[in-house]
Amino acid sequence: MFGNLSDRLIDTFKNLRSKGKLSAADIDATLREIRRALLEADVALDVVKTFTGAVRDRALGDEVSKALNPAQQVVQIVNEELVTILGGEQKKLSFAKKPPTVLMLAGLQGAGKTTLAGKLAKWLKDQGQTPVLVAADLQRPNAVNQLQVVGERVGVPVFAPEPGNGVGNPVKVAKEAIKHAEKKMFSVVIVDTAGRLGVDEELMQQAIDIRKAVDPDEVLFVVDSMLGQDAVNVAKAFDEGVGITGVVLTKLDGDARGGAALSVASVTGKPIVFASNGEGMDAFEPFYPDRMASRILDMGDILTLIEQTQKNFDEAEARAMAEKIAKDSFTLEDFMDQMQQLRKMGSLKSMLAMMPGAGQMRAQLDNFDEREIDRTEAIIRSMTPAERRQPKILNGSRRARIAKGSGMTVTDVNSLVNRFEQAAKMMKTVAKGGVPQVPGMPAMPGMGSFGGGKSKGKDKKKGSKSGNPAKRAAEEAARALGQNPNSAGSTGSGSAFGI
Amino acid sequence: MALMFWKKKRNEEVAPVVEPIAEVLIEQVIEPVVEIPAVDEVLAPVISEALVAVELPKRSAKKGIRSLFSRIKFDPENLDDLEDILIQADFGLDASVAIVDEVKLRAKKAGAESENQLKEVLATVLAESLERSDKALNLSAGKLPYVFLVVGVNGVGKTTTIGKLANWLTEGDWKVFIGAADTFRAAAVDQVATWAERAGATLVRPKQEGQDPASVAFESVEAAIKADADIVIIDTAGRLQNKIDLMGELDKIRRVIEKQAEISEVLLVLDATTGQNGLAQAKAFAEVAKVTGVVLTKLDGTAKGGIVFAIQKELGIPVKLVGVGEGINDFAFFDAQEFARGLVS
Ligand SMILES: Nc1nc2c(ncn2[C@@H]2O[C@H](COP(=O)(O)OP(=O)(O)O)[C@@H](O)[C@H]2O)c(=O)[nH]1
Ligand SMILES: [Mg+2]
Repeated sequence: MFGNLSDRLIDTFKNLRSKGKLSAADIDATLREIRRALLEADVALDVVKTFTGAVRDRALGDEVSKALNPAQQVVQIVNEELVTILGGEQKKLSFAKKPPTVLMLAGLQGAGKTTLAGKLAKWLKDQGQTPVLVAADLQRPNAVNQLQVVGERVGVPVFAPEPGNGVGNPVKVAKEAIKHAEKKMFSVVIVDTAGRLGVDEELMQQAIDIRKAVDPDEVLFVVDSMLGQDAVNVAKAFDEGVGITGVVLTKLDGDARGGAALSVASVTGKPIVFASNGEGMDAFEPFYPDRMASRILDMGDILTLIEQTQKNFDEAEARAMAEKIAKDSFTLEDFMDQMQQLRKMGSLKSMLAMMPGAGQMRAQLDNFDEREIDRTEAIIRSMTPAERRQPKILNGSRRARIAKGSGMTVTDVNSLVNRFEQAAKMMKTVAKGGVPQVPGMPAMPGMGSFGGGKSKGKDKKKGSKSGNPAKRAAEEAARALGQNPNSAGSTGSGSAFGI
Repeated sequence: MALMFWKKKRNEEVAPVVEPIAEVLIEQVIEPVVEIPAVDEVLAPVISEALVAVELPKRSAKKGIRSLFSRIKFDPENLDDLEDILIQADFGLDASVAIVDEVKLRAKKAGAESENQLKEVLATVLAESLERSDKALNLSAGKLPYVFLVVGVNGVGKTTTIGKLANWLTEGDWKVFIGAADTFRAAAVDQVATWAERAGATLVRPKQEGQDPASVAFESVEAAIKADADIVIIDTAGRLQNKIDLMGELDKIRRVIEKQAEISEVLLVLDATTGQNGLAQAKAFAEVAKVTGVVLTKLDGTAKGGIVFAIQKELGIPVKLVGVGEGINDFAFFDAQEFARGLVS
């Protein structure tokens, strides 16, 4: 996400960083690049103008001319201004003093409200709340059913007195839902509403009426991160119409650069509260403006990565694995297990994309084929248990049999065994506390040079992210997966994503 | 005049235009929008036997297209502002610059100076660059059933578009099948079932929950062939174009269908509010699903869908349909003239 914007700024800053003093012309050239990058990222034109204006004013001022490293200072300013627009501090959901807390969702058609309602319900439930979902989208065909299915999936009750498909009054449903929640002692009420256009006066009035009926603690404006220039119009219409208190950004697992986030936040002045980034009911997290700004500047989003890893990587399994590695009994079976663990964490690619310096390797990343994992699995599945445990016994005829069984070539099998051996070796090194030497993989570019004032920047260093040896080993293994010299589209470095 | 398409001739039907093959052909020549199949290949042998040419009503998208100048006034003195206006309509920086350059060039040549003259130049430039000879739906090849595959990212309006399209065809007495191959999203089958019912089309459902979408697609085409249907439209789950496994699934769906029938259209549905990512979507889906046309939905909002300009230019994929609302009749064929005039009005 935000990927190519980062690449652009990094490119621009490369020139800045190398020079000493900055002229007004230098700054203007940079701003032109920033303007282009932001426009390509779908930041609304007016927002771009304000943004570059603010950066320019500050860049021409004392803080830059007096700075030891003026280029770095400009980067800092861009970063700060981005954070400011994205909402500064991380914003928490407001809860009512006297339950139930009421959350109302609003947005355009297809923004992802219903799916988000489910995620939000699950997230609240996991925190010990007792949420109820309210089906007040009576417009879109079978929106009510969809919410019911979603509710069932996350184990949260759904209040749906009307069938929908044009039947029923959403304002009435919303009003009844509050009474229902009070009676049944639900602590949070999540009201899903129909998608509507900003210019549809009738439906906007309906949204206002729903708001009046439920008196929500939060009105969350749900917005698709693929949204283009129209983001400003839509955000204005919803803010001035129904009145919003916060923003949720959806479909961030896509590759849209997500400039709409900047547009919406800057036009409404309302904080972005959550980021939704996948189809699973867990693919949802609080929105961190500073992380997002770091991401825009391609400083990587290590904190998110670490959290994701920790959530999904089973601790007990990790410990067992560490022991195995230390005892040198790491097998192909374990190798497969690890890949499945990585799978659980989400798309390998999106994980990799969160790492610092990822922008520079994005092109290669795009070439990395996640199906490689499927192929690897297919090969391992065609092995006998003995072969999996003792890869050493894999002679020519065994390899030929495995190739046939998995629909691959002997070359594929050979290269898998090679990669496994490499990974095993590397893991041992890591487990013993050393730094693995991966061919063609220089150290990740340090972030120190960006001089981010935040102390967090310090522990974001290097590609290695975990104090847990097994975890780190798994991460190294993920990289080793790319080390297939035969894989199509691989670059000179021999790595599928050429790190 | 109306578009001319070929569907099955049914026994009970009195064919409206059976007899004069020649006349039909002449009409098609006059109307460049229709793809003309090579006479010796399909048309001549098939038509007299089992096919009948039908007129389906032409539709207009006028109600959906809003002027570029509803918020910002057109300033004949400052053509560079035009660039900003196009950027704000999601044309993208490069396309906007190119269009303004072309407008300036032509204005100079023609001596256009007044607001009206310049707007005329702009409308012409836009219309010319958006015009495509291959923008008609491929319902004229004569090989039945036609198979349409509808693809796109989440929430863009695939299912709704299928409902509208199915209804338009059944109104013309076509026998329409819909394959519910979105087996992923919650209640997606119910949603498309509601649309099929509204449209009077036959729905082919998955046999079990979460069934492999490719097998549903296969069964849908199989059922359509068996029932002698004119067309089968396959709904698919929304997928983000950067998800390799899901894109691979689409490739599989396509290949499985092709075992039984030719696919006549792969329609990529694109939300008009989409920004520059629309181009990335079109690129990825074109590569995997071999997209033959774009459906631009939600033009009834404030968004202009300018990204289709780059999609047509860079990828050569024509826009074929537009969606202008949630109602069953809220769609139209893409008309470059109408679109350009609407934008500039
Ligand atoms: N205003 C408007 N809404 C549309 C249009 N087409 C679809 N929608 C709405 O967009 C939402 C998503 O549509 P759906 O067909 O479910 O999208 P899918 O996920 O791509 O199948 C629904 O609320 C539709 O009613 C259109 O042309 N205009
Ligand atoms: Mg759908």
